Amino acid sequence: MQHINFILSLADSNLILSQRNAEWCGHGPVLEQDIAITNITLDLLGQARNFYQYAARLINETGNMPGHIATEDSLAYRRTEREFKNILLCELPKGDWAQTVLRQYFYSAFCKGLYFQLLQSQDQSLAAIAEKSLKEVNYHVRWSGEWVIRLGDGTAESKQRIKQALQFLWPYTGEMFMPADFENNNGIDLASIKKQWLLDVQTILEEATLQMPAEHIFMQSGGKSGTHTEHMGYILAEMQYLQRMYPDANW
Amino acid sequence: MQKQTLDIKQEEKKVWDILGHITDPEVPVLTILDLGIVRAVHYDANTIEIVITPTYSGCPAMDMIAANIRMELLAAGYQNIQITHVLSPAWTTDWMSESGKEKLKAYGIAPPNARQQVCNNDLFAPHEAVQCPLCNSYHTHRVSEFGSTACKALYQCDACKEPFDYFKCH
Repeated sequence: MQHINFILSLADSNLILSQRNAEWCGHGPVLEQDIAITNITLDLLGQARNFYQYAARLINETGNMPGHIATEDSLAYRRTEREFKNILLCELPKGDWAQTVLRQYFYSAFCKGLYFQLLQSQDQSLAAIAEKSLKEVNYHVRWSGEWVIRLGDGTAESKQRIKQALQFLWPYTGEMFMPADFENNNGIDLASIKKQWLLDVQTILEEATLQMPAEHIFMQSGGKSGTHTEHMGYILAEMQYLQRMYPDANW
Repeated sequence: MQKQTLDIKQEEKKVWDILGHITDPEVPVLTILDLGIVRAVHYDANTIEIVITPTYSGCPAMDMIAANIRMELLAAGYQNIQITHVLSPAWTTDWMSESGKEKLKAYGIAPPNARQQVCNNDLFAPHEAVQCPLCNSYHTHRVSEFGSTACKALYQCDACKEPFDYFKCH
């Protein structure tokens, strides 16, 4: 069950961030960047589906829920807020463009390190999803990293906005590296991912002429264990509305 | 026994021929074999298994491609069709056939460059030199790394000024 919860947490973080980023569809600052953020959103959704499909298979194999068949849709649309294991960072509002690109950079740079380690996982299905996702995450890291630099080293207004985003988002970054109970002894070395992540972030922020925030401040947490921010219920209400209102509705 | 092996080979070849006529719903000049997403065909007396791999994780064409494979094989009289999705090894544009690349170019989409040559993840890395599919000039620039579908980037030709899609190397 620990292993399934770990896979679900990866699925949930990708799904919730994709749902958030999708709010930009038709609202991007310019057409090309509207298309860019929605392309990234589609990648995250695809990765979430791969994780959900695999988790559903494992859940059904355990046979713990007789008469109930888990599917990617039941996991995405029929679980409650407390059952979602996404990190808080992913559920925060999209904010302005600065907040969106900086959050994307923080998350993608983390996924890069995580998926790289998962390539060595003894679970070959999980390693395969990581291998597929990593190729896409590389694009996301580059695109979002370039935007952080562009805004930080840009105009007075863009700098002000990315500074605000940094101040707002930073306390939510620590949760990525705090192991949940399902992350104990699963072969993932979060400490070494954190070390590399901090180095990467520092490089980008320096290039963006921004100051690196203090590492050891109070960090928000709770998402992995189902205690979410006040924003979470609203996302689920919108995302799950159709399946809650018309169960099993299909195309 | 030997005859049986031969039959299996012949059946598999027939299936490959059928697959060679199924096109990508978003880039209809390419067949799924041109794209390199069919990884294997296994045939035995009872079932036929088609192993496919997605181009991108979120590519919405994959569900439709799987449905089309099933329909074409059913129409050809096959039953017990199993479509298996695999993710590893991850798909790369290097698996695209040479004839597929030519068809793409004739369709107005610049075909992917070879992967070793250009895939570079450095920030602000110089953009790939992509040849304009219309006037063949290399004086082109990238408008956006992301385009109308997950597999494409937006470019514009500086010589003939035409914007065009580039099937990006992946």
